[in-house]
Amino acid sequence: MRTILYLIRKEFIQIFRNKFISKAIFAVPIVQMLLLVPAITFEIKNVRLAIIDKDMTPESRGLISKLEGSTFFKISYSTFSEDEANNLLHGNKCNIILHIPSGFGKDIVNRNPGKLLATVDAINASTAQLSWAYLNGVIRDYNKDLITENISTGTMTPFPVIQITNRYWYNEMLNYKYYMLPGILVILVTAIGFLLAGLNMVREKESGTIEQINVTPVRKYHFIIAKMVPFLLIGLVDLALGLVIGKLAFNIPFAGSIFIMFLGATIFLIAVLGLALFISTFSDTQQQYMFVAFFCMIIFILMSGIFTPFESMPMWAQDFNLINPVAYLIRINRMVMLKGSTIQDISHDLSALVLIAICFTTLAVRRYRKRA
Amino acid sequence: MDNKVIKVRNLVKRFGKFVANDNLTFDVHEGEIFGFLGANGAGKTTAIRILSGLLEPTSGEVIVAGFNAGRESEQIKKNIGYMCQKFSLYEDLTVKENITLYGGIYGLKTSVIRNRIHELLEKLHFREYENRLISALPLGLRQKLAFSVAVLHEPKIVFLDEPTGGVDPITRRQFWEMIYETAAKGITVFVTTHYMDEAEYCDRISIMSEGKIVALDTPENLKKQFNAGTVEEVFIKIARPNISPIHNS
Repeated sequence: MRTILYLIRKEFIQIFRNKFISKAIFAVPIVQMLLLVPAITFEIKNVRLAIIDKDMTPESRGLISKLEGSTFFKISYSTFSEDEANNLLHGNKCNIILHIPSGFGKDIVNRNPGKLLATVDAINASTAQLSWAYLNGVIRDYNKDLITENISTGTMTPFPVIQITNRYWYNEMLNYKYYMLPGILVILVTAIGFLLAGLNMVREKESGTIEQINVTPVRKYHFIIAKMVPFLLIGLVDLALGLVIGKLAFNIPFAGSIFIMFLGATIFLIAVLGLALFISTFSDTQQQYMFVAFFCMIIFILMSGIFTPFESMPMWAQDFNLINPVAYLIRINRMVMLKGSTIQDISHDLSALVLIAICFTTLAVRRYRKRA
Repeated sequence: MDNKVIKVRNLVKRFGKFVANDNLTFDVHEGEIFGFLGANGAGKTTAIRILSGLLEPTSGEVIVAGFNAGRESEQIKKNIGYMCQKFSLYEDLTVKENITLYGGIYGLKTSVIRNRIHELLEKLHFREYENRLISALPLGLRQKLAFSVAVLHEPKIVFLDEPTGGVDPITRRQFWEMIYETAAKGITVFVTTHYMDEAEYCDRISIMSEGKIVALDTPENLKKQFNAGTVEEVFIKIARPNISPIHNS
């Protein structure tokens, strides 16, 4: 036990003596939170429309003004030429072309279904679908307006319509910041755990100091634990810092228990540190380590469900996430922060994380050789 | 009483097809300064790494401080000190922090560590360097410090792998004075070198060539045996027949 304390003290001295690392440890969370949280959003605003109005009736103009009034759309161009509109779409000057054919107004007046055509730039499939859905909403709205108008003028018999009202729980305003922030916190902690500890270990190999340690009776798990503890603590401090920034800068709600969140993060960090040190045992240079670690990190983060819904991934990807610590912590953080989930609610994710942490750490200790 | 602290019988170490240690057999007695000589690549470092438990032998019996290097390498590590060719103290720690760390690892009491630091710094006239980073020390001082750290816990044996490489003659001399002091305390010193003048300071020397021990005796006996004035002449006489032309592959 005393040995571990001596080793941990050594690690801390080294970390804080490195002027760059000691500052970066605190600067990274601040920059990351202030930059990423407001930047990453799936909300779509200012979809640029090009409108081809070949109808020029009160009905077509009504639709256009309805679109103008929506916050989602900006009518960037009006033209009568299909070619010009196509060029605009091609030149990325607009996102959607809305064709209003002549006869649109007449159809509506004659109670025939009005026909519209929208051409959507689908380079980004999800943006395309979302903006199409918004457009659809506006048109549906306009449709309703027409119906009510007709009812009030008595020209149409009322038709029973199913009314559905929804409420968004846990994030009523669908604020993307609230959704992203718990995930960004995980990325932050992942980077600390994954990069720093592993690089530290490989640096000892490069400089040869590890050989002097290997020739002492120090126990393998002592050395591994001593490498983990400082970065575990730094990770937790960074998490706290990130939360404070979330509160101050974005007024993020925190429905659950801070204790549970830190418990989750602690187990997560042990898992990630274990994996990092495991990788470091078969990397001889920092370059090699960075390459492998970066690769793992990207995979873990992109597959974790931070950007894309976990549920819509193919089955094999969901299965991969069974061993992806990042996926667990993102889920835990979101549940605890937004829903106020209790230990019971997250017990499944938490115990999976414990298992992963034990596995990775055991691998790291076993794979670490004091003897070639 | 058996006073052999190192007993090596038929030690073989292979790396793939390459035989680094070819059937070594020798003993080292308690308290002696045992020199391990040989050209670069003769297999000295491999042997010293096996003896200190850093490398597993392919075959043969290696007993160090009463423990088997094949099975009980961690037991050996409690009883030895080691200083390697490549300087291995932490450059970003101070003199004091390095000594404290290794004192702690070897399980010395805090008060003992404090006393040792004091003694050591006094002895080496290191006082003003106490809080200096290792990276700021001249090489000679570093090597002396590394040696002092290697014997901090008063091991039975200390292994020195080319401890004086790149060091000036005066520091080398001082270094050997430290080796003598250590041996006088009953600590066995096992040292590899390719400075032949240093070999003269050893109680016994063994000369390695291409993985084999080709000579082993006191420097005096070897000189007599090979009818040479210095160990260097002995070395050249032994090594010459085996010197192969330099290959440029």
